[in-house]
Parts: sequence; structure tokens; C-alpha cells
Amino acid sequence: MEQLNPRSRSDRYGSRINRAPSPLRATSVPYLTIMAGSFLPALLIADLMPLAPPLGFLMLLGWRIMRPGLLPVWIGAPLGAFDDLISGQPFGSAVLMWSLAMIGLELLEARFPWRGFWQDWFTASFAVTLYLIAAMVTSGAVLSQPLLIAALPQFLTAVLIYPLLARVIAGLDRFRLTRTRRLA
Amino acid sequence: MAPPASRRTGYSRKAQYSVFTGYLLAALGALLGLILLAVSFYEPGAFAPLRGVAGTVTAPAGETTASVRSGSQGIWASISGFWHAGSQNAALREELEIARVRLAEAEAVAAENARLKALLDLSRTEAKPVAVARLVGSSAASARRYAYLAIGADKGLAPGMPVISEKGVIGRVLEVAGRATRVMLLTDSESVLPVRRATDDVVAFAEGRGDGFLRIKLINLGLNPLKVGDLMVTSGAGGYYRPGIAVAVVTELQPDGALARLVAEPSATNFVMIEPVFEPVAVKAAQTPPERTLAEENARTSGAMQTDEAAAR
Repeated sequence: MEQLNPRSRSDRYGSRINRAPSPLRATSVPYLTIMAGSFLPALLIADLMPLAPPLGFLMLLGWRIMRPGLLPVWIGAPLGAFDDLISGQPFGSAVLMWSLAMIGLELLEARFPWRGFWQDWFTASFAVTLYLIAAMVTSGAVLSQPLLIAALPQFLTAVLIYPLLARVIAGLDRFRLTRTRRLA
Repeated sequence: MAPPASRRTGYSRKAQYSVFTGYLLAALGALLGLILLAVSFYEPGAFAPLRGVAGTVTAPAGETTASVRSGSQGIWASISGFWHAGSQNAALREELEIARVRLAEAEAVAAENARLKALLDLSRTEAKPVAVARLVGSSAASARRYAYLAIGADKGLAPGMPVISEKGVIGRVLEVAGRATRVMLLTDSESVLPVRRATDDVVAFAEGRGDGFLRIKLINLGLNPLKVGDLMVTSGAGGYYRPGIAVAVVTELQPDGALARLVAEPSATNFVMIEPVFEPVAVKAAQTPPERTLAEENARTSGAMQTDEAAAR
């Protein structure tokens, strides 16, 4: 069989014989990538207007939507606390909003158990738009018309980046479950 | 996508309880967030130490990207310079001739200035910068405009100190941790800076608008004396900044002032200087409530740091 098809005894996660996914990798990758998403915008110098989409929140949404049940419902609070330390928002805003988002997605999933990519994109866009507005209100910035107009590109990128992030998360998920541990 | 079957609890008590606990914890997390947010609003400095720790840990990564950023700016500048080399060369030569004349004139003025100051017995030396550092990051995803430095109290930084690049004002130090500092940029919508026109004494406030422009609000209303292209510099009022540092150039006139563009854009700077507060006495006086005298205020200097930080917001 091996001569006919060298990948006959493996699936997309690698060989099925004598290999298992590494538990450390399988559990840590979602959290680490969400934290990396929180951290990445801080490396940009945005001096004029909000520039980067809230990558941490988008990663959380992506993992939650694409792998339901992987992240516990309460994970919004600790991950949001990490995001608050870096994002420049007052401490507690992401703790609150990420928790609410996790609860909201849970309720939504109970209502619509079967869903597809377009609906996921719509959900993520809706959630991230609400999040950006709420974050703007809690940030303490003076909400003026110029600020709202200047934030439009951020809203657009946040909505449009979801399909790309979905692919990235799918790749990360494959990486997460790759069979690297030798059983014997 | 179908919902995973493993999430159905069925008759298992254990599974039911764990799902319930998950919801309970999530709701408690949201409540905790609400409380923390309220605390952050009433006491903005409450979580500064926590943020400082996070900043200290993450700053080294920012240092790396900052050096890459300045490197790539150089590359881009040399590529674009290559295309315009010929025409620019002639123009620059002409400009240099004029600049030399102006420089000689400026030296004469400086000499006269020094002489007049000596006459008046005003021996003010230039402030030595407290530190020089790179901007290592910013709050790019937030509606507020903060930047981060990878140095902090270890180099003698304190809240309120002005941050200045070689072109002009960048912002003001807001929070200081051991090895990390948060700077409020001029474009932040909470930032207000007293300015005057470089050529005369038209005084105004420069407020951040949140979209990259500064709103120049004239103090004396009436006929708007500003013109497009006017350079606004710090006036020294308030005591934080020394007078005469470039801030912004007027780009659009408005009934009660103008819109202005930054002279020193933080994203285009490599290194910034952190200068000491220009007139600490003036800053303190401005923060002293009118029913207390300055002498009383000096007696209770221990609380000065707190009020300084509160006023910086």
C-alpha cells in the first residue's frame, strides 16, 4: 500500500501510526495566537488615527467561531485583561466586552447550530463593529465627527480581514493538531 | 458547520454542572470587567503599575521593530531620492545659498539675543534632555493616541515631561514604569497644548482632534489673524514645555481658529528627546487650588506626584 500511495497511512495531521498530537501544542496555540494578536498592533506607530484592526479580538472571534467548544466560555476575561494592558484602553474594557462577546456567541450558537462561512463572516463583522464602537466610547476619547470619520478605515479593515484570519486560524489549527509526539 | 456533539450535556450531571459553571464564570468575568472599567474611570492611574509591568516585558520586541522601521525608512528615502536626484540637486543648491545667508543672520540675532539677555541678567541655559529614546510602539487599535518608550523611571523620567523630536513636539509623558513609558501624543483628543504663532504673539490652544489634525483655538476671538502656512510654536504657558518649539503648520482656516498639521510626525521619527518639565513651579501653581497658598502646597509635596499624574490626563 505504501508503494502505491506514500500518504496512505497518514491524514492531514501527519502519520497515523505511532504518532499523536502534542498535548502542549494542542492546548496552548489558540491562547498564544490570541495574545499575539493583542500584541501585534502595539508594534505599529499609529500617530494620526486608529490604524490597525483589533487583532486580538478578531483572533478570539475566529477561534471561537471556527472551533466551538475549544475555548471555555469564561476565557474572555483573562485574555481581555491581557489585551487591556497593551491596547491603551482603560483597564477593564476588554475584560467586559470580550466576556460579553463569548456569552453572546454561545447564545447565538444555541439559536443557530448549523452555520456556514458567510454567516460566520457576518457574525464576526457584526461583533467587531459593535466592539469597535463600544471600545471608542470607553476609551475616553472625545467622540467627534472627525474622529469617527478617521476611524472608518479601521472598521473596514476589521470587517474585511476576517476571511484572511479564518484561513490563518485554519492553518494554525492544523499546526496545533499535527501529530508530533511519538507513542512508543 | 454542524455543532459538535460533545457539547451536548445529556443526562450527565457532571457535564451539566460544568457547562453551568462556565456560564457563571463568564458572567462573573463580565461583571468584573464592568467594575474594573468603573475603577479605571474614577482613578485612571489605578492600573498604571500593571500596565507598566506589561510594557516592560513587551518593550524589547518593540525596540527590534523600531530599529527595523527606521532602517526601512532610510531605504525608502534613498530610493525616492534616487529618482529625483537631478532636479532636486539644483533646487537644494539654491536653497542652501539662501540658508547660508539666513544662518549668518540668525547667528547675528543669537549674539544680540545673548547680549540683551546678559543685560537683563536672564541667564537661562538650554535644558539638557533627560533621556533620548526610540518610540517602540503605539496604541494602533485604540481611539486614543498613545506611544510607548522602552525606558522609564530607570532613566529619570517622570509624568508631565515633554517629548520632543528634532523637528518639534511629539507629546507628553503620561505614565512611567520601571522600564516603560506611555506618552500621550499631540493628536490624542484629550491633548491640549498652549501655542503661539512663531512670528508674533497670537496665542491659542492646540487641541488634538483624533484624526491627525490639531485644532488651533484662538484665545482672543475676533478677526482671525491666522493664515494658511503659519507655524505655531509652544508658548511656554502652563509650564510643561519650553517656549519656541515647533508644533504645527496651519492648513485650513476656521471661524474661531484653524486646523493645523503636525510638524513632527511620530511615525516619521527615529529618536525622541525627553526634556525636564520647563517650569515645575508654574505647573505646581496651576494645580494648586485657589483656596490654598503655594507655600502650603510645598509643605505637602508627597502628594505632588499624584496630582501631577491626574493633571496629565
